[in-house]
Amino acid sequence: MKLSLTRRYDFAASHRLHAPQLSEQENQRIYGKCNNPYGHGHNYTLDVTVTGPVDPSTGMIANLGDLDPFVEREVLAAFDHKNLNEEVAEFKAVVPTTENVCREIFRLLQNFPAARLERVRIEETSKNSFEIGVEDFA
Amino acid sequence: MIRITRKVEFSASHFYNNPNFSLEENRRVFGKCNNPHGHGHNYTLEVTIAGEPDPATGMVLDLKELKAILQREVMDRMDHRHLNYEVPELAGKIPTCENIATVIWQLLEPKITRGKLDRVRLYESPSLFVDCTAASSDGAGRRA
Repeated sequence: MKLSLTRRYDFAASHRLHAPQLSEQENQRIYGKCNNPYGHGHNYTLDVTVTGPVDPSTGMIANLGDLDPFVEREVLAAFDHKNLNEEVAEFKAVVPTTENVCREIFRLLQNFPAARLERVRIEETSKNSFEIGVEDFA
Repeated sequence: MIRITRKVEFSASHFYNNPNFSLEENRRVFGKCNNPHGHGHNYTLEVTIAGEPDPATGMVLDLKELKAILQREVMDRMDHRHLNYEVPELAGKIPTCENIATVIWQLLEPKITRGKLDRVRLYESPSLFVDCTAASSDGAGRRA
């Protein structure tokens, strides 16, 4: 039997999908309305899953008193109510698709000291979700 | 292999306290969950069974049977109970989501007569859940 704990967070951010190496027409064709030069935004839902042994003195894999401030500091402070293209360094050069946002958030959270990061899952809208597991992250 | 999932909800109260910790340590580690008067949650439990459908019925496990097992093993024990005082399987344990899900796994696993228990997912609130999965599971049941 394996145990994992998943905590859900929310952040709101704007982005624009645009690949500078492609022509205007190609960007329009590939990204459609997500290519609007002024950008647009989403309410993102972020599920963070950690695994590890249950500490017998607390009954916990990870104390939310540790996980919540870590996610706040590493991710939410930098992503919430921000323009991902303009204000998150990684997305100066990388298109902020939710696939790439997943990978970046996994990178930012992977050194959580109290438990092992297992999975990051993001709902960009209630219809789209993306996830990356520890086995996928390289 | 097919996975089937049944959901039930129960309401219970609890608080977190380790008798080996000082008053201050309990408050620091457990925060408001340490309130000795307790507090409560509406728990949502999703139980996933994995197996091949019986060719005679087309079912992995009759959901009526799974519903009856969940009623007997979980609801009758935990619904509208104080988890610190009224559930013998949790005696001496801090009733965190991790420990409750583990107890539920241990209660259910021997009772599943067709298929295998694949996952126990216990939500304490919409923003927190714990998964217990079979060590052999590929975890694909997690999307329920």
